[in-house]
Amino acid sequence: MSDSSNQLLENLNALAVGLFLLTGFGIVAMRQARGVLHLFILQSLLLAASAVLLGLRFTSEHLYGVALVNVISKSIIVPWLLRKTSPSEVYTRREVDQVLNIPTALLIALALAILAYFLGLPILNAVAPDFRSLNVPIGIAGLLLGAFTLTVRREAVPLLIGLLAMENGAFLCGIAIARNLPLLVELAIATDGLIIVFIMGVLTRAVQKHIGTTAVGELATLKETQTELLEKEDAK
Amino acid sequence: MTVLTILLLPLIATALVCLPFRKAWAAGVTVVFSLATLILSARVAWLVSEGNSVTGNLSIGWLKWIAVDGLSALIILLIAFVATTAAIFSAGYMAHGNPKPRKLRLYYINYNLFVFSMLAIPVLAEPTLVWIVVELTTLCSALLVSFVNTREALEAAWKYVVLSLMGAGMALFGFLVLFAAMQASGSTGAYTWSGLIDAAPTMPPVLLQTAFLLILIGLGTKVGLVPMHTWLPDAHSQAPSPVCALLSGIETTSILYVILRLFPVMQAAPNSHAETWAVVLGLISVGTAAFLLLQVRDYKRMFAFSTVEHMGIILTAVGLGTAVAGYGAMQQIVSHCVTKSFCFFAAGAVLLTVETRQIASVRQLIRQSPIASTALVFGGLAITGAPPLAVFLSEFSILKAGLTQKEYLATGLLAVFIVIAFFGIMLHINRMVFGTRENEAAAGLPNNHSEPASKLQLPISCRLALLFAAVPVLVLGFYIPQPLHDLLTQAASGLTK
Repeated sequence: MSDSSNQLLENLNALAVGLFLLTGFGIVAMRQARGVLHLFILQSLLLAASAVLLGLRFTSEHLYGVALVNVISKSIIVPWLLRKTSPSEVYTRREVDQVLNIPTALLIALALAILAYFLGLPILNAVAPDFRSLNVPIGIAGLLLGAFTLTVRREAVPLLIGLLAMENGAFLCGIAIARNLPLLVELAIATDGLIIVFIMGVLTRAVQKHIGTTAVGELATLKETQTELLEKEDAK
Repeated sequence: MTVLTILLLPLIATALVCLPFRKAWAAGVTVVFSLATLILSARVAWLVSEGNSVTGNLSIGWLKWIAVDGLSALIILLIAFVATTAAIFSAGYMAHGNPKPRKLRLYYINYNLFVFSMLAIPVLAEPTLVWIVVELTTLCSALLVSFVNTREALEAAWKYVVLSLMGAGMALFGFLVLFAAMQASGSTGAYTWSGLIDAAPTMPPVLLQTAFLLILIGLGTKVGLVPMHTWLPDAHSQAPSPVCALLSGIETTSILYVILRLFPVMQAAPNSHAETWAVVLGLISVGTAAFLLLQVRDYKRMFAFSTVEHMGIILTAVGLGTAVAGYGAMQQIVSHCVTKSFCFFAAGAVLLTVETRQIASVRQLIRQSPIASTALVFGGLAITGAPPLAVFLSEFSILKAGLTQKEYLATGLLAVFIVIAFFGIMLHINRMVFGTRENEAAAGLPNNHSEPASKLQLPISCRLALLFAAVPVLVLGFYIPQPLHDLLTQAASGLTK
């Protein structure tokens, strides 16, 4: 392929991963559970787009397979499965009290993205020139932002999406530096993501049924000094 | 093919358990199939210990990702052992309180799937596939942790899933970087544990180090290494006792096994610092757990913290890096596994008798249930390393290896922490079993008086499981059979390149 079309593909890929990073920020900050889910679908589509572009750039059919697996599992089956397993109420909930307010959370997220850039540099320098791409630092940023989402959100669905976003981040990096991973493994990882959604959906339903809330982050009775529990038991 | 049969058995059991027969059916099927798994695993372990290959004819297609050496054979054997004793214990324990048949079936379905996912960890040799089954262990056990559906159990399950999967996300990134490192090394071998060792000398050190740290932290979350341990005492105390035995006794170890697989790779690479990381993280875990043990109020949490402590001991022993210390670490894996599962059976027996998990609410247990109290005292002594029981021997050989290697600081700290943990655990158990409220009132301690529950006859299967599980705890304290010795030596040799 000619240099100019390669350049174009690389630019398009940069655009896709740039947008990927933005969706990561959105997942941290978006209040409505349904909005978070939509952002996640968008993020997975961008991941697939990046896989296709890299596949074109390096003529690797294998990456098309990755893209296909991603689109089917994350933008079609995950939302369907979530609707099947978890109570529908979780989508309409707005998370009013996050652990941090939104501007603070976004500032920390920004710091994480910058940190990710510096973490990615040594990896970029160590791999062959063919594997160097923006995917690495942005993938790390996706991973860190997903982990950060887990610490600031309390509602079940955003927490679940945070976990899946971490996986997306790892993958975005993976399609750049480990693009020859067997397709069977990719398939297995995608299936695994679906099991995560299923199990966490079932857990959410159980939490809602037995405790009457979906703000799972607010469950905090288990501690080292279980005074309350002890008193409760005494009262019996 | 035996190896594949081992993996198939729990899956067949899962399918059979789904059939809506009488209540005893699911329990019976699980016990029979785990016994069969145990026998097959013993055969595999025997073959491996004699130096035979058990996967010689599996070199075609995806089957090349299956490999069993000494280290994996040891883990398979231990998983099968705990799965069997826990299945026997479950039969009586889970039937207590007459749960609905459907609920009981769900328990056994998850139980068998959980055992399957654990067995797959040592059998598979392709790191990303191993990562997937590690995730599966979390997912299959999540509903077991939340089984009783109380507020606490659901909270514990949720924490367990979120933190473990968060760690898994990091570990996935680590495995992908490891794959990149393998490619960058120019090696043409397969991406398996042994292929990694061959490729390690030419891997870019930055990538290998990054991958190792990510995997150590990520999977370390699931092993319960401090400071990523916060979910462990919750999950390991809220789950039904047989599940706790599986989680604490063997699940943590089988995840630790994945981390241990990276040590020979790191050794093959020039100037890696895997050992230092292992010793530091290990000692932090042992120390933190030892002090937290002094102030626990829940006896199942107590045993859970003891798991954190033991994981730290094993990691420290591996970090010492010599063959002798490696042998000690393998011995510790065995003794911890058999002893901790026994401890949780004992805790389950106590829970059935007194129906509370609070240490302060249990006094004079010896009067209410001699069997449960004997088991608890025996378990407590065994897990804290009192002679002549299994843990004593293994901890002793680790300390000895540390001293011969002149690692005085690490060995000294380890010894001190082990002693503190001994006092912590025995103090609580002594109070529960022999303590009287009158003495405490005289000493000005808070009095949480509660009427002793009515005397309960322990289900026969629980007693059987206690007996069955106690045998290796006792025997391995003074006698290690030759085949097991060979297996341990082989497993320890898997820790070095």
